[in-house]
Amino acid sequence: MKKEHFLLPLVLILIWQGLSSLQLIPSYKLPSPLDIILGFKDLLTVGVPPGNLLHNHMLYSLYRVALGYAIAALLAIPLGLLMGWSPVLLRMTRSLFEVVRPIPPLAWIPIAILWFGIGIKSAAFIIFLGAFFPILLNTISGVLSIQPILLEAARTLHAKEKDIFLKVLLPGAVPSIFVGMRIGIGIGWMTLVAAEFTGVKEGYGLGYMIMTARDIQRPDEILAGMLVIGVIGLLIDIGLRATESKTIKWQ
Amino acid sequence: MREPHLSLNFLDLSKTFPGRGLEEGVHVLDQVSHRIENGRFVSVVGPSGCGKTTLLRIIAGLEKASEGRVLLDGAELLQGSEAIGLVFQEYALFPWRTTLQNIELGPEIKGVDKENRRAKAMEYIKMFNLSGFENRYPRELSGGMKQRVAIARTLIMNPRVVLMDEPFGSLDSQTRNGLQEFLLGIWERRRDTILFVTHNVDEAVFLSDQIIVLSKRPARIVKTFEVGLQRPRDRTGHECNEIRREVLKVLSEETK
Repeated sequence: MKKEHFLLPLVLILIWQGLSSLQLIPSYKLPSPLDIILGFKDLLTVGVPPGNLLHNHMLYSLYRVALGYAIAALLAIPLGLLMGWSPVLLRMTRSLFEVVRPIPPLAWIPIAILWFGIGIKSAAFIIFLGAFFPILLNTISGVLSIQPILLEAARTLHAKEKDIFLKVLLPGAVPSIFVGMRIGIGIGWMTLVAAEFTGVKEGYGLGYMIMTARDIQRPDEILAGMLVIGVIGLLIDIGLRATESKTIKWQ
Repeated sequence: MREPHLSLNFLDLSKTFPGRGLEEGVHVLDQVSHRIENGRFVSVVGPSGCGKTTLLRIIAGLEKASEGRVLLDGAELLQGSEAIGLVFQEYALFPWRTTLQNIELGPEIKGVDKENRRAKAMEYIKMFNLSGFENRYPRELSGGMKQRVAIARTLIMNPRVVLMDEPFGSLDSQTRNGLQEFLLGIWERRRDTILFVTHNVDEAVFLSDQIIVLSKRPARIVKTFEVGLQRPRDRTGHECNEIRREVLKVLSEETK
């Protein structure tokens, strides 16, 4: 990264700090950058609520996302391959998915709580819904984008349906599957925090943490928590991108 | 016919693609019959869009004939027969597979174990002058190399009949000439039956034992030429030109 990447943010932070120090920005609404750093320290050492430290909030949130996301990927990828492969299956299921897909994952929260109660199952279900459709749709379009001539080439080499599936459709759809997985984890991570707003049994979770910080009037900790959420989302995306470019060297 | 049972034989092949709705169907092949003796190099030329490719696709089992039969050595050719190999004009290499992996795909599908299919593929890589490019992906190869990989991928299956659909059609003329000579070198050692579709009469004359001229759609066989010249042939020599002139004459009647 070059210095232009940091210059503007740095200037803005300095102006912000200056305005805060001159008390032109009320600190109970927007704490200064330095306050936020101190708030971050408190999240690490004191915890919100006291004793519930930041790293445990992170672990619980990541666990919920990992669970919902893993189930989404494990179902959406094979299903997407099948739907892309079979026009009949695609036609049969399309209208069903078209109706369910536009329902925002968060709109499922009430019914999720009814079905699964408050706890990890509900949160994982919401994340599952957020991640499932992007992965499914991108897997389907990945299969549909494979040149028909490649299927014919495989057939002239006497490929059976199993070979077509594993040696043509799956590898051919991989780039598109990665796109879906990146969009899916993005949406999953966003829905997680909102899902945690509605309550968590264990007393841990980043969304739960910043809501609790609001209850005890700590805007510095709210903002520090928001930054943590953003940075983790970014790191996950960077990780996936690295796996992606390693896996599809051929493009 | 000396050994009429050892041949690729198509009898009254017709093909009509059904139209959509009220559209009329497209009649592509009209009772095409021909016998190709084993081990011969036969080219098919004809006006563009006349159904040359359809003929190959029917023999390859990618398309069903509306009428007629294809016999190999007297027996009906079954769909997906291992006796047939097809080389596409657009190479049709798997972009996510390296040169080596593309060439070993056929044996892999057949269930040959890794060690044996690797060894076999490396043999073909040597034979096709692809050494040093085993681990390259298709996007890193030139057009001529891609087509060599595609031909190797087909020949590694040892098909009795190799169908080639304008395999050199998208190459520049120098690469094309080089590959023609290369292909002849390979064929002279193996003596597979080759059915080679091209729109390039020079190419057909340079390569083939026999040239089949198809009419415009619906395609019939207008004429067949025997090219009895010794190989290597002089592509600009008098004899080649003589045959070329005759083929072009028949062909130009068809494109009028």
